[in-house]
Amino acid sequence: MSSDVVLSMKNISITFPGVKALQNVDFNLRKGEIHALMGENGAGKSTLIKVLTGVYTRDTGEILLNGKSINNRSPEEAQQNCISTVFQEVNLCPNLSVAENIFVGHQPKKHFAIDWKKMNDRAEEILKGVGLTHINVTRALGEYSVAIQQMVAIARAVNFNCKVLILDEPTSSLDDHEVLNLFTVMKNLKEKGTGIIFVTHFLEQVYEVCDRITVLRNGELQGDFSIAELPRFKLVATMLGHEFDELASIRNNQPAAVSGTDKEKIVHAVGLSHTGTIKPFDITINKGEVVGLTGLLGSGRSELARTLYCADKPDTGTLFFKNKKLKAMEPIDSMRAGMAYLPEDRKEESIIADLSIRENMIIALQAKTGVFKLLPLAKQNELADKYIKALRIKTPSAETLVKQLSGGNQQKVIIGRWLITHPDFLILDEPTRGIDVGTKTEIQKLVVELSGKGMTIMFISSEIDEMLRTVNRLCVLRDGKKVGELKNDNLTQQDVMAAIAGDENNVNN
Amino acid sequence: MKFKFLKKKLDGSNFLLSVTVSLFIVMYIAGIIVFSDAGFGTFQTFLNMLIDNSGLIIAAAGMTIIMVTGGIDISIGSVVGLICMMLAYSMQNMGLSAWLSIILVLLFGIIFGAVQGFFIAYMKLQPFIITLAGMFFCRGLTAMISVNQIAITTNKTFLGMASKDIHLFLGSTVNKHGVRMYPFIHPSVIIALITLLIIWYLCKYTKFGRNLFAIGGNEQSALLMGINVRKIKFTAYVLNGFLAALAGLVFCLNTTSGFVEQARGFEMDAIAAAVIGGTMLTGGVGTVIGTFFGVLIKATIETYIRCNGTLSSWWNKIVLSALLCFFIVLQSIFMIIKNKRKQ
Amino acid sequence: MLITKHIWQSFKKNPLFLPVTALIIMLIVNVMVTPSFFKISIRNGVLYGYTIDILNRACELIILAVGMTLAVASSRGTDISVGAIEAVSAAVCVRLLGSSYTVYAVPIVFAICMCLLAGILCGSFNGLLVAKLNIQPMIATLILFTAGRGIAQLLSAREINGVMVPGQILYVRMESFKYIGGFIPGCVIPTPVFIAAVFVIITVLLMKKTALGMYIETVGINPKAGRLVGINSVLIIFFTYVFCGFASGLAGLISASRIYSSDANNIGLNMELDAILAVALGGNSLGGGKFNLAGSVIGAITIQALTTGLYAMGVSADQLPVYKAVVVVLIVALQSDEFKRIWSAYKLRHAAVSEVTK
Repeated sequence: MSSDVVLSMKNISITFPGVKALQNVDFNLRKGEIHALMGENGAGKSTLIKVLTGVYTRDTGEILLNGKSINNRSPEEAQQNCISTVFQEVNLCPNLSVAENIFVGHQPKKHFAIDWKKMNDRAEEILKGVGLTHINVTRALGEYSVAIQQMVAIARAVNFNCKVLILDEPTSSLDDHEVLNLFTVMKNLKEKGTGIIFVTHFLEQVYEVCDRITVLRNGELQGDFSIAELPRFKLVATMLGHEFDELASIRNNQPAAVSGTDKEKIVHAVGLSHTGTIKPFDITINKGEVVGLTGLLGSGRSELARTLYCADKPDTGTLFFKNKKLKAMEPIDSMRAGMAYLPEDRKEESIIADLSIRENMIIALQAKTGVFKLLPLAKQNELADKYIKALRIKTPSAETLVKQLSGGNQQKVIIGRWLITHPDFLILDEPTRGIDVGTKTEIQKLVVELSGKGMTIMFISSEIDEMLRTVNRLCVLRDGKKVGELKNDNLTQQDVMAAIAGDENNVNN
Repeated sequence: MKFKFLKKKLDGSNFLLSVTVSLFIVMYIAGIIVFSDAGFGTFQTFLNMLIDNSGLIIAAAGMTIIMVTGGIDISIGSVVGLICMMLAYSMQNMGLSAWLSIILVLLFGIIFGAVQGFFIAYMKLQPFIITLAGMFFCRGLTAMISVNQIAITTNKTFLGMASKDIHLFLGSTVNKHGVRMYPFIHPSVIIALITLLIIWYLCKYTKFGRNLFAIGGNEQSALLMGINVRKIKFTAYVLNGFLAALAGLVFCLNTTSGFVEQARGFEMDAIAAAVIGGTMLTGGVGTVIGTFFGVLIKATIETYIRCNGTLSSWWNKIVLSALLCFFIVLQSIFMIIKNKRKQ
Repeated sequence: MLITKHIWQSFKKNPLFLPVTALIIMLIVNVMVTPSFFKISIRNGVLYGYTIDILNRACELIILAVGMTLAVASSRGTDISVGAIEAVSAAVCVRLLGSSYTVYAVPIVFAICMCLLAGILCGSFNGLLVAKLNIQPMIATLILFTAGRGIAQLLSAREINGVMVPGQILYVRMESFKYIGGFIPGCVIPTPVFIAAVFVIITVLLMKKTALGMYIETVGINPKAGRLVGINSVLIIFFTYVFCGFASGLAGLISASRIYSSDANNIGLNMELDAILAVALGGNSLGGGKFNLAGSVIGAITIQALTTGLYAMGVSADQLPVYKAVVVVLIVALQSDEFKRIWSAYKLRHAAVSEVTK
């Protein structure tokens, strides 16, 4: 091991109930190196970071910091070992002032009492160092936008002057100007010899600022490469791996059902918007079409879907559903009209963990039917068994609690839940996230099958290839706004990525 | 220009505090006007408020600390009752000296706080359930010591402390017999005010105090920022236990007796004082200064009712509950507006 | 040997394991203290015996526990105002009925309805704060917990020298009022048992024959998911608190009838702890979600058996709470995630050690 390696993680494995999150992963970070950690969702990037910072306890392997074996059992210890972290969600305290948040745990003192003036002055200096100049450091952090809060979190981490700085998806809420500020800070730290681990899924940012890339896939190490030896296409191929070939056979050969008398507008939205999440958009979807939403994370894909479904009540605009004006106040109204929505975060918004598969499956239909008309148990069992079989859900019985299933099977239960309501319009938001390859394939095949039978589908995924295989049309979003549409006539990933990036010179839309 | 200054002053936590202070000032002035003939406007009336509520000041300060961490302690009333009984029993029935009894009860407070703190901080159980159990535990323990009232009659030291009038040298008036009357306070008031000062300093100028606020603001973040959340929470409950015992001591100096029903509902007064004083139930926000004004508001209500003479004392509880309700709803609406504005 | 182990394992997994075991333990303790515990006889034309007494007294708690179970399940918090609501409802009822020996001041049915309505109103107040304003349940119900008895005192006013003086204990002198909390002439079983049985059966039917039970569990487990599948979470939570208030009103009626008066200080005193204990003992998580009404009923009976057993051992009513507090803390600690974590870590280490020493 060369003497300029500051952090070395060897043979790290960790298993959660039912999931092998990391298997024999190695990771090496050198002094003054900016090292990207990449992989699809569910690859294990965040898990590796949490193992390093003491949030999780690893099952095997060891961690060496400057040659010395360390074992962080808590974030407190990690900080003491001079490993500083900025997490994806702003992990600061909104009720404390900006200055305090920067100095929690090591406030400057004067004769045993906290020196507030010194703290405030130092805080202002530090913020200037990351490019934030008009911040009142005495105001509560919660009063500032998420982007500014994230910059404060970065300022806090940087202030520790640590040997290792971890940035876990720090740019998701930053605009381009702030991202440039961040890169300047990172380059300064690099010169000082700090090793930086940069977890991200933004390809361009990786190529702009990083020296090396480590790729993870499904909890396993795919490789540790220098930037020079890994051009973009090869990076994407390494991240997607063999699945690329297996799934290539799936292709939505249905032409967008727009020809002749079959044409029927199912969804026609005019000027629909939700304050703070998605700007006014128009969208028209015809019966039997599969429409995909694409764009970078944070571009407003989920928000658009949620506004259509009334998960977030629209603030402006009109929605016509099956050629009738729909004024939905709550999701139940959309459901009764014939919509269905599979949320992005299944743990937080779909899974009713302690209830059985059967109950999870029929709950939406039950809500549509009404509280006093309980579906007879026989009918419930019939429906549950039918869809368990149709979706090939691996379970000993329909009474098994959903929390005991694997992620893929849980997702199938939720898909079953919505199919049981026989919707006219089904919205799937990241239906294959965090799911094993086999189930991913099944779900994509299902989408094509359903569209063939006449169901209208909206498909959202951060994996462009997946969408190219299943959709007739792609809507492109950027910065909370719908910016364009692409017909899926032999569309390639490059085409889509170009559309997402938009005009190179006009980035600050 | 002026509005910008006002808006800055009225942001966030300051807003709630300013509502409280304004409310107190308005109520007090109204009291002086309406009840001037009953002697509301004298300095002694104000001092009497402090004397009668010195125990509450200490208890409410402890409650504020706990609520800032996002927890709650509804056992405080029962602890106070138990302490009074313990003091009475040890001095009257066991013949212990005043100082020994005092040290013993303070020790008990610390241990009790540690037990509650263990279950809440280390076993991660809900503070409400644990302190509810603590409340019933102490109330029952009080009955176990003695079902009858025990009055402290023999211990000269204690009684001396209890009845000592400390005269202040200003604000004197001449009464109708021509004798110059100096306003007075009791030692309990001094203990209460010193405690208040110490807790205020703790909250503003020590790492421990600031960590309490961090934990209350976002416990997960506090953990990731390197704070030993369990230890800090535990310490907060131990400190609170001590303060509860101290409040009990001061309470006993006022009542010089112990009986089973003593201080029942006292915890509600403490919570009301803290909430009215601007401490948010969700944690992370609160000041002992605000709590102090919360106590004063409660005292003002009591003085109203006493001066009025015709209303039954049940109205105390009802008015205080109504105020508590008002402030809880106010806090909740405040949060809803804040969340909406963020979007 | 293997079969009994298998039966034991499946029994342990059953949600009723905790309450049934606790009940059996309580009954055993009671028999040890009072050998004639299980003796039942007929005296004065009614059933008599320790077990009857426990069942009779437990009815008030059963009703409270059932109400509390739903409130806990949907809102993940507890309603600590149940005792105070009992006092308010009792005060309303007794005040309306008047103290005459010969005739009720209002028809008894009317007074009963008003009593239950008072409970519903209090429950609605709680429900509004919790469901609509999103205030933590324990904080929201703290208000009635404090103010409730004061309101009950104000309602319990009697005219003395031409002035209505609150804080009195009002009595109902009519015999028929006592039937509610006592015995209907000619019936050997105490009336509260009938009332509680009917109440529990109606509640079970409501939960199982409509989708309400599933909705309440869904809202308690994942309110966000509930909303997205079309369930009106706010309405569900509001309903459970109104229901809990109704249950408190019913319990207050029985309580008032038992002592044929409204004693605002003592009706429902300390019942909130008993109710929470019964719900927790019943195997229900105080963190909301899935609930088990049978468990709460058995839990309530167990608590009453505990109380009786402690009385028989010479513990006075004032000192009872000490033991109950300890039991609550033990149960909640053993149910907690943290304890399960420590226990499984201990078992792992124990297994590892025994592997090594083999």
